[in-house]
Amino acid sequence: MTELLDRLPAPSRLDDADLSLMLTIRAFELKLLDLYGRGLLHGTTHTCLGQEYVPVALRTLLDPGDHVFSNHRGHGHYLARFGDAEGLLAEIMGREGAVCGGVGGSQHIRRDRYLSTGVQGESLPVATGVALHLKRSEPGQVACVHVGDGTFGEGAVYEALNIAALWELPLLVVVENNGIAQSTPASRHLAGSIAGRAAAFGIDHRLIGTADVAEIRRVLAPLVARTRLGVPLVVEFATERLGPHSKGDDTRPADQIRRIHENGWYARYARRYPDHLDRLDAEARAYVDAVAADVTARPPSRWTPS
Amino acid sequence: MRVGEHLNAALHAVFERTPDLYLLGEDVADPYGGAFKITRGLSTRFPGRVLTTPISENAITGVAAGLALSGDRAIVEIMFGDFAALAFDQVLNFASKSVSMYGTRVPMRMVVRCPVGGGRGYGPTHSQSLQKHFVGIPHLSLYELSPFHDCEAVLDEMLSLGEPCVLFEDKVLYTRPAGLAEPPFCLAVEGGVARVFLDGPPDCVIIAPGGLAHRAMAAMRSLLVEEEITCTLLVPSRLYPFDVAALDADLPVAHVFVVEESTGGGTWGAEVAHLLHRRHWDRLAGPVTLVHSAASIIPTAAHLEREVLVDESTIHRAIRETLRG
Repeated sequence: MTELLDRLPAPSRLDDADLSLMLTIRAFELKLLDLYGRGLLHGTTHTCLGQEYVPVALRTLLDPGDHVFSNHRGHGHYLARFGDAEGLLAEIMGREGAVCGGVGGSQHIRRDRYLSTGVQGESLPVATGVALHLKRSEPGQVACVHVGDGTFGEGAVYEALNIAALWELPLLVVVENNGIAQSTPASRHLAGSIAGRAAAFGIDHRLIGTADVAEIRRVLAPLVARTRLGVPLVVEFATERLGPHSKGDDTRPADQIRRIHENGWYARYARRYPDHLDRLDAEARAYVDAVAADVTARPPSRWTPS
Repeated sequence: MRVGEHLNAALHAVFERTPDLYLLGEDVADPYGGAFKITRGLSTRFPGRVLTTPISENAITGVAAGLALSGDRAIVEIMFGDFAALAFDQVLNFASKSVSMYGTRVPMRMVVRCPVGGGRGYGPTHSQSLQKHFVGIPHLSLYELSPFHDCEAVLDEMLSLGEPCVLFEDKVLYTRPAGLAEPPFCLAVEGGVARVFLDGPPDCVIIAPGGLAHRAMAAMRSLLVEEEITCTLLVPSRLYPFDVAALDADLPVAHVFVVEESTGGGTWGAEVAHLLHRRHWDRLAGPVTLVHSAASIIPTAAHLEREVLVDESTIHRAIRETLRG
């Protein structure tokens, strides 16, 4: 293991804003698992532990005029765009100040040009429709949609890719390939590869194997610029899901999870820049603790069915 | 003018004055103009807004939802309504839910057009009436094409509701004349309800969507001539949510029949009967009578198809038996 780690390039030093955001997302997700453990959350949630760097890296490549479509594992996407931990936690907890009144919960959130929904693959055709609107009405903007590897089992994905390629739409598909769909490893749910499937539609594909935010941005900046001109793109992040699918449903062996921890961006950054990480991590955890204390004390959200 | 031509003209008119309106569907572009020619001429007049698509009902319905989310309006043509089953997720879980599941109201201006119904020998997967499968979805309104309602006004109503709509179009209507009720019957259209009637109080009321209108009128004629039974036919434009109060001028009447082509089991008519029972139970002679097709798949061969589907004689028989015993 050590040998492998030594072969990986050392992570670049992050600026405070990026690192702080990644640590806030991590602290937020850990807090959710803690709140669940204490019986304070209703329903379920899917944390993005391990994958925090994906939306943070994309953050500066997108602008407020772009649309972001998120999925069931979307807290990081939301926090990277809005930094609004209060509104998100209130939404998940059904408390006053919830960004969608507590109606949508963890998986169904809409704000400005951000939207998540809870059915795998469903957002790809919708994002394609938004991309069609953007192409005609706001050229230069993109519709960015996050999906996981498991979502590639859904036919909606291929219907949408076909149309996006045929109509030359500004659609950016971000695949967070964490190699596991709930409990089913990619070896048992994905024939061929994501790259091969993009190629089948003549859509450009880029595999990102690093968690280095600066490197990701350097590679993707020109590709996203091209997407803005109506050249759809599939970006596949080879990433790792550190936590369970939802709550306590992780069936992976303990040594595999330990390896994911050791290889993850957090541990690697901590080894290379311990002081930087410790300082901002403490701040992020304190911030999330304060948000949780505040939101937990709020009255229930109100909504009238109509 | 035939109903299909009327609908085509209405689409032209709505497109002409609605610059943010799109239409998506399979084979809708000229010179083909759609499998039933309802979109003929549109792609030529409105290039870039009338888009012929791959065979992808799920995606094109999702694309329409994306356009609606962006503030545009969109019409989807499903070639045969049966294929709307492939788009059901986008209708049930996305377009209709998006109206309210984000805590505030999100306008979703879109219409899914579904040619439905049998009588033309298209067989089990091309002949169904899917209305019942879409009844009861929050924020989804169901309309049905009618020979009596102004298509342009109905399209306008659907596209300005702010909630997605499904328009069911009985295929047999396309070649039928629009807007006529033959003497001795009179026709009046008020609000969303068309009324076909004779002078004086009727013996019964038939509530039927537009696709059944000609079959119901034929039954009304034979019942009048052979049995001296007089009927009033009410044809609602919107099937769901169903505005039962809009029928108050014609109800209560002792005997009410709800007629639809849907195959039996969990039908739209059962929902209407439930609403009528709640509102008028004490003044009805008995339960509202449901008339629908057999609880069966729809066969291809003409003689077998006739045995399953509601036709003039099914309606005639149901009314005669109820009123004459």
